[in-house]
Amino acid sequence: MSAPLLEVQDLHKHFEVGSPGLFGGQREVLRAVDGVSFELARGETLGLVGESGCGKSTCARTLVGLYPPTSGRVMYEGEEISNLSHRDRAPFRRKIQMIFQDPYASLDPRQTVSSILTEPLRIHRLARPRERRLRAMQLLDAVGLNPRHIHRFPHEFSGGQRQRIGIARALALEPDLIICDEPVSALDVSIQAQVVNLLGELQERFDLAYLFIAHDLAVVRHICDRVAVMYLGKVVEIAERDALFDDPRHPYTRALLSAVPHPDPRIERGRQRIVLEGDVPSPLNPPTGCRFHPRCVERGNVAGDRCETTEPALGSRSACHLEAEV
Amino acid sequence: MPILDVQNLRVRFETHHGVVRAVDGVSFSLEEGETLGLVGESGSGKSVTNLALMGLIPSPPGVVEADAMRFEDRDLLGLSDAELRSVRGNEISMIFQDPMTSLNPLLTVGRQLTEVLEVHERVSRREARRRAAAGLGDVGIPEPERRLDQYPHELSGGMRQRVMIAMGLLCRPKILLADEPTTALDVTIQAQILELMQKLQHEYGTAILLVTHDLGVVAGMSDRVNVMYAGRLAETAGAIELFDDPRHPYTRGLLGSVPRLSGDTDADLDSIMGSPPDLADLPAGCAFRPRCTFETERCAAEAPPLFDLGGGRSSACLERDALGQHHGGAQ
Repeated sequence: MSAPLLEVQDLHKHFEVGSPGLFGGQREVLRAVDGVSFELARGETLGLVGESGCGKSTCARTLVGLYPPTSGRVMYEGEEISNLSHRDRAPFRRKIQMIFQDPYASLDPRQTVSSILTEPLRIHRLARPRERRLRAMQLLDAVGLNPRHIHRFPHEFSGGQRQRIGIARALALEPDLIICDEPVSALDVSIQAQVVNLLGELQERFDLAYLFIAHDLAVVRHICDRVAVMYLGKVVEIAERDALFDDPRHPYTRALLSAVPHPDPRIERGRQRIVLEGDVPSPLNPPTGCRFHPRCVERGNVAGDRCETTEPALGSRSACHLEAEV
Repeated sequence: MPILDVQNLRVRFETHHGVVRAVDGVSFSLEEGETLGLVGESGSGKSVTNLALMGLIPSPPGVVEADAMRFEDRDLLGLSDAELRSVRGNEISMIFQDPMTSLNPLLTVGRQLTEVLEVHERVSRREARRRAAAGLGDVGIPEPERRLDQYPHELSGGMRQRVMIAMGLLCRPKILLADEPTTALDVTIQAQILELMQKLQHEYGTAILLVTHDLGVVAGMSDRVNVMYAGRLAETAGAIELFDDPRHPYTRGLLGSVPRLSGDTDADLDSIMGSPPDLADLPAGCAFRPRCTFETERCAAEAPPLFDLGGGRSSACLERDALGQHHGGAQ
């Protein structure tokens, strides 16, 4: 069997925070990503979901090389890329591109669309200068923008159109994998639907794999083949899309799904929600044992104090002591 | 008699790019204890409507006009600044979307809460502090006494939003204007806050005007829903009727645009084509016309008024009947 397109093995990213005091006090360690593993096949979409601060964006930034990992490995088609020098990494940077959440902040306001879209080609010395412009126009067309608007600046476009420019820029180097970090959460619903549809269309056309990071579970269900749920730096459940949404196994996944409001008053009025108590604990000082145990409503079903003392491993599907008991 | 009655509200901003009619002839009323959802996308005028009710539109450049804006037996437009201040935060209060920018970072939580009581109810410091702590307890904040002495930055986002809600409810307002109260929060915290708002509404009989773009939140919270587009009402209906049988193409488009947690996942979403219009340069006739799939020649002639459909429903669409039939088979 050939290697998966992307394989992440026990990835850790810790940050040292706070300054050492005058008398050499200890710096604290923030464990943003704390042992994450998954695989992604060519043409597949893996959703990475979880609440603010669960480490999903840090995970994405670490695996594209924006942050060096603290430990763990990132493999691209079987080759380790996480330990490469900046220079040796260049060919892989071409193959893995990224789309960001904020279409206002992620485009340089002083560059024209033409310059934004040809810059990656220039840096990677692809295509002759005169062909680059043509390529940029084709990219605009591919994302549903008018190629004649190539000389405009980002501020002349609406939020949805800017996100399309961000997508066109990601496509410029013909990547195999695009990491989408909350690509539609800043957009209005009608525009969000357009961009979601566009991402689906482009995936089919260019055989793209997506790592789709989002907190909106309905969008994730719509677009992903498989889904990984993160909590405090760890994956607590990973499964095929339908299995995860129809039969969530981890108590956190269950609570997360039950908290999503349905756009249907009949469902909303009749149902019982699992309302979690309290906030997500600080990743500076995660709870002992299972990180979810202080908020877990099903803890009582596990015998003894294992939830408080032993960290459950991610089994075939979920990281919960209950799963192991069944 | 409704507790709030707004007739033909208009808010315009006079800018360098021309006159922007952010709200253009909106009428609605709010009954005691009910929740009215106000739905629409960025720039539809929903937040401006809320701010206008509170007298918070800066002038210039803003100009607020209305045929009537009655709160109980008072005319909000005719009140002096001092009279308005005694209503605001007291009988009508507001929760904003972003608790980080709407709480004062330099004052403790306790000081911000007690100020409300000292201004509106002239209670003693000690009494104000006791009630502020009770208010924090009501919104599910543990150790309220200790929290009173903390600053906003020491609290998490969900906690800060709860402080905002506690502040909004301290004087037991008759009307709560909630502008995207949970948009900045994670879903599990959102669920806590929505449940809390419903519980408090139940206890105090507060009427809520809930501004949001999240159709799921609206579905769960609202008795009735007003849909806004480009500063006007596109459709008004009871929540169940609106979601079952939308009578404006924009409402239909919105409902088709949201992905769901159940049902078909392989089909494309029914997105609405194009993007919302520039309010300083609206198309002639119906503002939704350039994005509408039901458009006919008549739609370009004039902006359609809000037609009464009976049963508390109305729609500002000339093709509303065709739309109803088109949708008739679905349940």
